[in-house]
Formats: sequence, C-alpha cells, structure tokens
Amino acid sequence: MISLPHFPEHLQKLGPHTGKPLDRVDGLAKVTGKALYAAEHHRPGLLYGVVVSSSVARARIRSFDTADALAEAGVVQVFTHQNRPKLASRSKKWRDQDTPKGSPFRPLEDDRVLFSGQPLALVVATSFEAARHAAALVRIEFDEIEQPETRLLERLGQGKAPGRAKGGFTPPPGPHGHPQQALKSAFARVNADYLVSAEHHNPMEPHAATVFYEEDGSLTVYSKTQGPVGEQAFLSAVLGLKKDRVRVLAPFVGGAFGSGLRPQYHLVLAAMAALELKRSVRVVLSRQQMFTFGHRPYTWQHVALGAERDGKLVSLVHEAVAETSKFESYVENVVTWSARLYPCPNYSLNHRVVPLDVYTPLDMRAPGAVTGLFAIESAMDELAHELGMDPLQLRLVNYGEKDGLTGHPYSSKELRACYQQAAGRFGWEQRWSEPRGRREGSKLVGWGMATGVWDAMQVPASARARLHLDGRLEVASATTDIGTGTYTVMTQIAADVMGLSLESVEFKLGDTSLPEAPLQGGSFTVASVGSAIKAACDGLRDQLFKLAQKMPNSPFYARSQAEVEFRDGRLGLPGHPEAALSYAQILRQQGVSVLEEEVKVLPNLLKQRGYSLATHSAVFAEVQVDEELGTIEVTRMVTAVAAGRILNPKTSRNQLLGGMVWGISSALHEKSELDLELGRFINHNLAEYHIPVQADIRHLEVVFVEEQDEIVNPLGIKGLGEIGVIGVAAAIANAVFHATGRRVRHLPIRLDDLL
Amino acid sequence: MKKFAFNRAETLEDAVSAGASAGVRFIAGGTNLIDLMKENVERPDRLVDITRLPLGEVKRQADGSLSLGALVSNAAVAEHPLVRGHYPLLSLALLSGASPQLRNLATVGGNLLQRTRCCYFYDLATVCNKRTPQTGCAARNGINRQHAILGHSQACIAVHPSDMCVALAALEARVRVLGRQGERTIPIADFHRLPGNEPEFDTILRAGDLITAVELPSNDWSEHSHYLKIRDRASYAFALVSVAVALQLDGEYIVEARLALGGVAHKPWRLESAELALRGQRTSNSSYQRAAETLLQGAEGFEHNRFKIELARRAIVRACAEAAKGTRR
Ligand SMILES: Cc1cc2nc3c(=O)[nH]c(=O)nc-3n(C[C@H](O)[C@H](O)[C@H](O)COP(=O)(O)OP(=O)(O)OC[C@H]3O[C@@H](n4cnc5c(N)ncnc54)[C@H](O)[C@@H]3O)c2cc1C
Repeated sequence: MISLPHFPEHLQKLGPHTGKPLDRVDGLAKVTGKALYAAEHHRPGLLYGVVVSSSVARARIRSFDTADALAEAGVVQVFTHQNRPKLASRSKKWRDQDTPKGSPFRPLEDDRVLFSGQPLALVVATSFEAARHAAALVRIEFDEIEQPETRLLERLGQGKAPGRAKGGFTPPPGPHGHPQQALKSAFARVNADYLVSAEHHNPMEPHAATVFYEEDGSLTVYSKTQGPVGEQAFLSAVLGLKKDRVRVLAPFVGGAFGSGLRPQYHLVLAAMAALELKRSVRVVLSRQQMFTFGHRPYTWQHVALGAERDGKLVSLVHEAVAETSKFESYVENVVTWSARLYPCPNYSLNHRVVPLDVYTPLDMRAPGAVTGLFAIESAMDELAHELGMDPLQLRLVNYGEKDGLTGHPYSSKELRACYQQAAGRFGWEQRWSEPRGRREGSKLVGWGMATGVWDAMQVPASARARLHLDGRLEVASATTDIGTGTYTVMTQIAADVMGLSLESVEFKLGDTSLPEAPLQGGSFTVASVGSAIKAACDGLRDQLFKLAQKMPNSPFYARSQAEVEFRDGRLGLPGHPEAALSYAQILRQQGVSVLEEEVKVLPNLLKQRGYSLATHSAVFAEVQVDEELGTIEVTRMVTAVAAGRILNPKTSRNQLLGGMVWGISSALHEKSELDLELGRFINHNLAEYHIPVQADIRHLEVVFVEEQDEIVNPLGIKGLGEIGVIGVAAAIANAVFHATGRRVRHLPIRLDDLL
Repeated sequence: MKKFAFNRAETLEDAVSAGASAGVRFIAGGTNLIDLMKENVERPDRLVDITRLPLGEVKRQADGSLSLGALVSNAAVAEHPLVRGHYPLLSLALLSGASPQLRNLATVGGNLLQRTRCCYFYDLATVCNKRTPQTGCAARNGINRQHAILGHSQACIAVHPSDMCVALAALEARVRVLGRQGERTIPIADFHRLPGNEPEFDTILRAGDLITAVELPSNDWSEHSHYLKIRDRASYAFALVSVAVALQLDGEYIVEARLALGGVAHKPWRLESAELALRGQRTSNSSYQRAAETLLQGAEGFEHNRFKIELARRAIVRACAEAAKGTRR
C-alpha cells in the first residue's frame, strides 16, 4: 500500500496552478497510446537495423562471414568495421555532454573487442524479423581471445585518481587536520568496508533511434535521449554534417535514469546506416543489449569514524575505489557527501578508479550519492550502536549548520525539520534500542533511518514564449520529459506567470528546433528550464503591458507594471474591473498577430556565491525478517524531503515514491551479475535481473517539509528527481541490523546474508 | 529468431505424427517456447499448434483419480473447485508461480516441459551442455545462485524451475502420453531425469510424444499439506528452494508423509527414505529435521548457492510444521 498524499497547505504559490497536485497534462496521450516513443515513429520504406553483439570481452576480430546473412531475403546490408562508412576519426569529436576523461567508445571502429556485448556488426533489412534472423547468421572469428580483467577487489591497490574531466565531478580535497591520530584517540570508533553492486538502468522503453533520411539528405532523428541538443551536436560531429542537417526529437521518453545522458551506439549505427544507404533506418536494442552499455559502477568503500563520548565526530575517513573501463575514467561524487553533511575537524577523503574490461559506467539516478550515502549512513548507524546512542540523536549532534567542506552556509536547509517530521510520522520515539528486541511470530522487526543529500543545481537554459491572437500561449524549450512530469510543471509555471488557464497553454519540448536546453539530469531541469520559462513569460508580460499602455485612452497609461495584474487572460487594475483588457484585445488593437519572447537564463552566480545549495531528506524504514529463512520485507517507510518550493505535489510525490521503490530495489534486489571469467553481465533479462514487484512494496509515505529559498533560483525550487532514492538502502540496512543484530555491508542484502 | 513454418494440429494423431519429424515443436501457451526461440536457444523449423486439441478438461475418472487435460491453463487448474478441494497443495504451488497473465496462458503440458532458467542456457555467447552437448558448463564456475545442490553432474548443474511439478511429485501424479506406439502412463518420478552425461534431455519423452493429461491419484492429502516457496522477491521469481509437503496425521503422529523439493535439482527431488523417516513420528521439529537430513544427503553446492543446503533444511522444517497445523486455504 502507498499512503495518500500528504500535501502541506503552507507551500507558497506562484499562482492558482502551482503548488496544486495536478494531473499530468500528457497523461491522456500516454495511456491512450497517442504519445509516440523513439521506436514508434514510422515512414514508408523504413529499414530495420539489428546489432550483432560480441560474445567475448577481450579479443581481436579475425574475420566476419556475412554471406548467409546477406543471402537472406530482405537484407540490405551488413555493416562491420571493415565496410562501414567513414566516421569522425578524432576522439574529441566523439565527446558528448557527459563524457569522462578518456577516449569515448566508437562502434565498429576497428578489430578490437573491448568488452562483452560490444556491437560488432549492424544488419539492416526491410523488416525487423529479417534483420534479427540475419543477425544470428553473422559468424565472427576471433583471434587473441584473452581473459578479461574483471576483479575489482583484487585490484583495490591499483586505483588511480580520476582527474577532474567529467562534468559535475568535484575531486575530493586533500586531508584536513589529523584524521588518523584523531581516530586513534577517539572515544568510539567504526572501521568498515562497504560494497555496492553494479546496476543497469533498464528503463521500460529500450534504447532506440528512428532516423528519417530526408529528401535533401538531412536527418530527422527520433531518439531516446535525455538531451536532444547534445545529441545533435554529437551526431553532427561524428557524421561530419552541419548542425542544421541533423534534427533530433524526443517528445516522449519512457524512462532513462541517466541511461540517456550519453548518446549510445545504436544511435550512431542508425544514423550512419541511414546516411550511407540514403534510406530511413531504425535501430532498437534488445533487453539483453540494454546490459551492454553504462551501469552504476561496482564500488568498494572504506569508512572510519571516530567520535567523542557525546557523539561529536572527531575523525572521518571515507575512501572509494570504483570500476571504470579501459578507455574512459568514469567518476562520480561518492565520498564528499560525508564531510559536507557532517562537519568534522579531521577528515580524509579519497576516490580512485580501476580500469577493467567492461563498458564505461554511466550516471544512474543520484550517481555517487546512492553509493556514498549507503556507506556513510551505515557507518553512522554503527557508530550510534557503539556509543549506545539513538541513531537520530547522533545525526542531530553532528548536524551541519554549514557545509562541512566549504564552510559556506546553506541557501536553505530544513534537514532538521525533515528528521523531526519523518520521525514523528514514523513513530520513532517508540524505538527500542536493543537489536533483536522485537518479534512478531517468526519474524524479527527492526527500524532504521538515514539521511539523504543532493545538490540543488541550476544550469543555463533557454525558452521561448509566444502569445497568439486567439489567446493561446505556446511555450517551448528543447528539454525532455523522461517521465518526471516536465510537460506538466512547465505548463503550470507558464500559466501562472501569464495568468492563463492550463488549457490555453501548450508546452513543447524534445526538439532541437526549439530553444536550447541542457540535458535532463542532476535534478536541475525544473530549476533551469523552469526559470527560463518564467523569464520568457515575464518578458511577455513586459511587452503586453507596454502595448496596452500605447493604446488610445489606455487605462494603463500612467500606471507602473507593479500596479497591474495578469489574471484570467486579462490585464487588469485591481479595484477597476471595467479597465480590464484581454490579451487578445490588446494584440488585436495594436495589430500584433503574435507576441514573442525568447530568453536564455543563467544561474545568478553572484547571488549564489558563498552559499552551499542542496536538497535534503530523512528516511525511516521498518523491516521484518524471517529469523529462520532470512527473507526480508520492508513493511513501512517514511521519507521527508526539503526541496524548496513544491510546484506540483502529485508529480513530486511520484518522483519520490519512484525513488523510494528504487531504494528498496538497491537495498534488497538489484544486481547486475558479472561473470568474472567471461566479463559478461549474465542476468541480462528482467526475469533474472530483479527489481521489486508490487508485492514487495508496502506502506510508503512522503512528507514535504516547508523550505523557502530566495537564493537558489528565481523559482525557489530545488529538484526532486534523485533525492528520493538516496539514503534508502542505508535506512533498510540499518533496520536489518536493528531487527537481527547482523550488519550487512554490501548491497543488495539477500536472504542468504541472514541465514 | 529464425523463420519457421506453422500449422495447427486438428487431431491427436496428426499432432503425434507431425511431432515425430526432426525440427518440429508443439506449441501450447508459448510462454516458454517463444522466449527460447527469440534467444535462438530453440530453433524449430516448424511449430505445431496443439491448442485446438480436445485436451482442455478436468475430469473425475472412474477410479476416483482426477485427470487434468494437458491444455488446461495453470490458472484454471489452480482455481478448479476439485483441485482446490482435494489437492490444495497443487493449487498453492501453481499460484506461487509466474504471474496471473502467464498462468492464464501457460498449460499443464507446457509447465511439465518448461526448460531451465539457467542464465548460461539462455545466452548463446556462453557454453552449455544442455543447449549444445559437449561444449562445457559455464555455470559451474559462474553465477550459480539458482543452481542445483542435488543430483547434478559434471556436465550440468541446472535446475528444473517448475513449481507445479514439485506438488505433482509429492502427490505422485502420473503423466499420460500419446506416442507413435500408442498411449502410456509415466509416474511423475520417472518423467523428468537427472542430467548425467546427457543434460540435453530433460525428460524421458521421445520425439512426437504428446502429453495428453496429468492424473492425480484419488488418495488426496487435502487436510495437512503446504507449499513453501522461498525466493529473492515476494512474487514473480523462481524458487531458490521450494517444499511441497503432505501429511496424514493421527493426532500428534504422522501416519504417512510426502515430501518433495523444488529449485534444488534437475527434477523435483523426492526420496522415499525421507518420507519413511517421518512415518510414525511425532509432529515435531526434530522429526522434520531428521527427514530433512535424509532428503538432503549428499547435497553439494557451488560458489554462489551453498546456502541453499541450510535454507532447504530450514524450509523443510517450516513447511512440515505449517502442514501439520492444517492446510491453509
Ligand atoms: C517471466 C516468467 C516467470 C515465470 N515464473 C515461473 C514460476 O515462478 N514458477 C513456475 O513454475 N513457472 C514459471 N514460469 C514458467 C511457466 O510456468 C511456463 O512458461 C509455462 O508453464 C509453460 O507452459 P506453456 O503452455 O506456455 O508452454 P509452451 O511454451 O507452449 O511449451 C513449452 C514446451 O512444452 C512443449 N509442450 C507444450 N505442451 C505440450 C504437450 N501437450 N505435449 C508435449 N509437449 C508439449 C512445447 O513443445 C515446448 O517445448 C515463468 C515464465 C516466465 C516467462
């Protein structure tokens, strides 16, 4: 069961639509099948490409035998590295908006096999069935098949510093104070290693690209992506086309979770084939192939904590060693969260990566934070137990009024309220301190809690607003809606700023012909694109007001804009209902058919300078563990979130519930099983790659805590896409300890860990 | 998936004679076969659709046994009043498997013949003796959490994944088969086989053999039975270990017992000696433990599944205790 929404009334509103739990504006299109996804766009003559994946992880290709495949009826071509058309040769051209240091993977580059599942050929045919069958007929001979290097735990000592290259990554600072000494003399200590498994994103919609070859030789690409603008730049660089010869569209995206941040190989292959064959081509990856590109990296962590008798931290050590590929140095923020969250006079943070024969890991929902918070919030629980202290009390004793790394105050931080409200709803004050202290029948009951933190980011974004003569407002930005509710909240913002009904506003996204927007990621879309939309609409208001002033006998002539109101599609003067003019009237009178405003909005760095910007959460979980059989159920979970202004409690809550379910998934289910001999993720289907089913999800509750923030961005919002998943695994692991007295320091926790 | 021909069998004899040619597969619900075809594990030249054959009935027979037609859906068997009333163990086992959608399509015959879920069996990039004889077994040193602890061989450590068959083993069901030599009845214990050197054969069936029905003997075990399935999530997962148990009690004493394990071997695992160990014993954990020891004798795990031995022991004790309390309905 999932509890009814808990919507606080106090959240301030921009207008009548924001702050309301409104349904998705695209909901009907989605449930009636009118919303078309990347693989659902069609034109006569479309060709179908199927990828042939490598069966080995490390080798050289000796030869291809494509005769049988080519002989199949309907097969048009089989592309391999030997016959592919020319693609950009310089590594730089293959960079995208989320590229780590290194040299990006290029499909069909040469005879080298770098990872298991690598695309080695593309079979193109007139039907999907023919292409798939022919793909199975392509025979590939290998030379120099070598044992892949896959064992992270045997190479922990060989980790190297990743460097700064990847956007969003802040290398941890050098040590502060004397952490080792402080640890030695601390009253209580924790010293432990933690492991987080690899996971694959596995959005419901598999990755796909439909590339239409236009009469003039340009490409129209329907893509599963989180950033069409980035893909356009990438494709034009890789294919050597002018940017205006490639248009990328992604009007609907069936989940992505980070897997659509980087252009994947299917896109290159589809576009390459279309250009070469001068035909439209679609490539869809199979579920098995969804396990052949980025994943959340398998990561080892070490945490040491030292504290005084009262719980105050005196030493904090957090180290991570994560896998990466041999060709790129993927990295994410894993260890810095600890020191930011818990100010400590002596700390040491370290992050290293070990190259293995796997594909480069890839940002996955709350990259780094899911991993890092599992370790630090488990370690804090261990410390509380050492000290005989309530785990929540330990967090409060070490509460960071300021960012523990930068020393900056927060633009806002209502984490304390999160703790209090979530603990209150959960009933934490009834907690018993001893592990194994409560049972119900054959089951042990346990409670655990943890903290979540994520950056509140804003990045540059553009938007356009167009007011039409018939009173319709068209708003547009080349962002995407990856299931997050972007269509809905942008419509709400525009409607409220312009004083219009939702029905008269249409928001367009997912198209490179629209004003530029960043990738949808990092939970910064609403802050960035929403701010741009607000600014565009503000600009329209200015224009409207000026036009109205110019009208003969204008009631607004001697007024300032602060005195007027934009409401119900009319410009009015409070107290003078007779003066009100509809927007359409103003446009008509002034002979303007459409009023347009396009803006680019940058974060106000001046205002933000000297502040730390972050979203926080507190998670409380109850588990029941069958003492004999080890089976674990999460029976109850409450999350309280402080994320600034909540624009739509319904879509927001939806994001948080999704995050909480994913948290249960990482805690108890999800694991990409790498066969260490083969270097191959072997449970590559949704029967064996477990995520929770409905029966695993019981009572979930979301609380939004009031948080006002004038600094973070003009809308005062912080983003909600990732915070819901962070800390959940630790809360569950801590509850498992409380139930059973068994501390499990790896994810997922499965019944055999408790036998 | 390769191209294949398709036709519909109009009569039982049609099906049997068509099925005898090489490269022919019957298709019933298709929930297993189609998946395997998509992955190129099964590559039939021809599918013979048997769903129009008159095998869709559940019938009481003269000798009191119950006949489940091979084409009755898993859902219909589980919900049938005679099954729920007299063989609740079977009903429970079926309902613990797959999902409602799959159970609506899956048939009795298809369930008996469903193939292992071993990841390596499904992945053509790896070696597998069951898929391609004499190539090797990647599971032995690979990810083998789901694999066998009993009855495995050098060649194969796969398990039979069915829940239904575990209940059928405990209930001593019989499989009715129509072949080129006519009809025959095979006790469920002899129907599936251990892998040995020929893991490519899951059962003793021969080409063209058509399952027509499963018969449940009249001696029902409805009062004290239980099916316990332990898996990695609450539903929609194959068993790590499952236990089908049925007891006949006289007060606190066990008169007769039936006990079978799923998820541990290439076939439902049942030993008469384990059941004998329960006969005449008190309904107590120590009796169940002794039976568990007997049933698990010789169990041997691999890197990722050793825990199954202890898990199975505990699951047997729990399932027996639940059964002794009376069938949960
Ligand atoms: C995601 C998923 C989860 C599942 N979970 C479970 C689970 O938890 N527990 C469980 O027990 N099962 C589970 N199953 C398996 C399911 O029970 C089987 O797929 C189903 O029972 C097969 O029946 P079918 O009629 O669809 O067989 P088909 O796929 O049609 O056929 C399977 C095989 O049987 C042969 N065959 C079918 N009928 C006959 C006949 N009358 N005579 C001779 N040969 C015949 C076919 O030729 C084929 O080789 C799951 C399946 C899936 C896809």
